[in-house]
Amino acid sequence: MILVVVEQSDGTVDRASLTALAFGRHLAGMLGAQVSAVAFGPSAEAALAALGPAGVVRGWAIQTPSLDGYAPAAWARGTGQLSTSVGARIILGPGTQRGNEVMAHVAAQLGLPMAANCLEVRSADPFVVMRQRWGGSVLEEARLDASVRCLTVAENAPVAELAPVAPSGEPSAAGGEPSAAGAEPSPAGAEPVLVGRFVPALSHGDLRSRVMRTVPRASAGIPLAGARVVVGGGRGVGSAAAFGPLEELAALLGGAVGVSRVVTSAGWRPHTEQVGQTGTRIAPEVYLACGISGAIQHIVGCAGARTIIAINTDPEAPILSRASYAVIGDLHAVVPAVSAEIRRVRGGG
Amino acid sequence: MNVLVCVKRVPQTGGSVVLTDDGQDIDTRYAAFTVSPHEECAVEEAVRLVEAGGGTSTVLTLGPDMAVEQLRDAMAAGIERAILLETDGREWDPVATAAAIVSALAAERAAGIEYDLLLFGNEAADTGDYQVPVRVATALDLPCVTGVKALRIEGDIAEARVEAGDGWDVFEVPLPAVVSVREGINLPRYPSVPGRLRAKKREIIRYPADPGPAGPTGPAKVRLHLPREQQRSVEILGRGPEAAPAVVALLLRLGVLS
Ligand SMILES: Cc1cc2nc3c(=O)[nH]c(=O)nc-3n(C[C@H](O)[C@H](O)[C@H](O)COP(=O)(O)OP(=O)(O)OC[C@H]3O[C@@H](n4cnc5c(N)ncnc54)[C@H](O)[C@@H]3O)c2cc1C
Ligand SMILES: Nc1ncnc2c1ncn2[C@@H]1O[C@H](COP(=O)(O)O)[C@@H](O)[C@H]1O
Repeated sequence: MILVVVEQSDGTVDRASLTALAFGRHLAGMLGAQVSAVAFGPSAEAALAALGPAGVVRGWAIQTPSLDGYAPAAWARGTGQLSTSVGARIILGPGTQRGNEVMAHVAAQLGLPMAANCLEVRSADPFVVMRQRWGGSVLEEARLDASVRCLTVAENAPVAELAPVAPSGEPSAAGGEPSAAGAEPSPAGAEPVLVGRFVPALSHGDLRSRVMRTVPRASAGIPLAGARVVVGGGRGVGSAAAFGPLEELAALLGGAVGVSRVVTSAGWRPHTEQVGQTGTRIAPEVYLACGISGAIQHIVGCAGARTIIAINTDPEAPILSRASYAVIGDLHAVVPAVSAEIRRVRGGG
Repeated sequence: MNVLVCVKRVPQTGGSVVLTDDGQDIDTRYAAFTVSPHEECAVEEAVRLVEAGGGTSTVLTLGPDMAVEQLRDAMAAGIERAILLETDGREWDPVATAAAIVSALAAERAAGIEYDLLLFGNEAADTGDYQVPVRVATALDLPCVTGVKALRIEGDIAEARVEAGDGWDVFEVPLPAVVSVREGINLPRYPSVPGRLRAKKREIIRYPADPGPAGPTGPAKVRLHLPREQQRSVEILGRGPEAAPAVVALLLRLGVLS
């Protein structure tokens, strides 16, 4: 059996967990196994009940009052105890901050290895995964040798591209259950999910680290992660003051300003605007990269952009091999000219 | 309070990555080395906590002798002590890495140093395993918070904030504790020249790198690959401000301008 840890809020399973479920379903087809899911909190049962179309056969809700809030070690304890009691051979989590944290605890508590941010399982025996390193700019083929395999699924794993695998009916050494061979998964996945409750045995130590309260975070303007247009500025912008024209262009396009790490390290702009491996991942329709060279750690953050337009003085800058369009020139002249042209086209002068 | 911060030496790759012929590593023949931005912030956080609350700050790395460079960088930024767990340069998996850190902490205790706070990066820049801090915390039975973007110590309690949706998750954990941080928690200072000179002369404490008892370990690297990239050729819209009409025409065509 494959056990998938899902994150949900108010009964809705989030996107990264759906990706993990799709990955799990594909793996279940490969191994001739079933997909089960575990969720936490007051609306866990409702969330699990809705997972039939995702191929989930069995759901377990862990909703003891002490676990209503997020408590990583305790969520892991519950997951580990459940996996042992149901005989799961593979435990999957989403490749989110929480998913990676919970799965790291599961693996540490059970004394197992863990592979984070996997894109695919390449072979079941030996168990070989392809996983992301360097924020996804390098891939690692890695073996996971253990009685129970713990892994997380990269948020951007190409699960839509995974061909559906017909159940082989052959129990596999790696994750199938002999008793379940050939019996599932139901190809349509429309069967109702059998949802039950699981009550873990927690120690005081499991609950030391938990969310005591949540407070709002001050945010200004359009959130970078969801912006349709991002105007990016790098070292080439030159100073904090020189961001004015980029802000103006972003405002004209209803977009947000994004920056490179050089810019945040210099203190020109806040880290909330940093795009990249250690910043935010963006997926806009258009990313205008101004004075940004295109280091791989920046590129992994903007690889989701539909179109990249680079403005750079250097026709050899690496960003040009990632961009669809480019203007060769000084951004200090080009950016204001683009804003002026937009105003002209709109007839505003 | 005594703070330990763990950093990992990694190559500073630029616009592209080249793998070695056997696919086992990144070709680092021409590379400079650094640590993850998350870890730079962990170093800064340790320096600030000790500046504010007294005690001592220590940086630790598991890596080749050359990783002394990263230890000195951290000392130039204000860390007082440095520990090297020397390896032959081959990659250690996160299970063995965590075991080695735990074993070094035992050696520190024997030398009379107990830590109130163990600081880490949220994930290593290269392997991105997302687990060493959690494994260290589990082995030592300490509370652990990962991905922290704001940290405050009050008495024996660490208040740690983690971004969650459009809010903050607020954790309060008793010390000693393990905390991993993300870039953005602070703005690291630029090391001063006197700081660099001081760091050059400091002693490096060396303990054996101990991978711990044999047991399940991994993930075991088979080989590295580079992701397949879409081949695209860039269309040059023009040079200088004269290209503005072409840019705007394109934005209109792409439907982001109305
Ligand atoms: C582990 C790790 C994680 C990292 N994470 C991130 C991250 O999340 N995000 C990130 O951005 N970086 C990250 N980095 C840093 C990254 O490697 C690069 O150092 C950084 O992205 C470079 O920023 P830049 O392009 O602004 O500067 P540079 O590389 O210096 O490039 C400046 C560019 O501006 C051009 N230019 C100069 N003047 C002008 C002008 N007047 N008009 C037009 N063009 C001009 C130049 O031709 C050049 O191409 C990380 C590094 C490491 C090691
Ligand atoms: N070789 C190492 N030496 C010291 N600290 C390390 C090492 N590897 C990982 N760490 C620490 O553990 C954090 C998380 O690493 P990882 O779990 O490998 O992604 C890093 O940011 C470091 O703080």
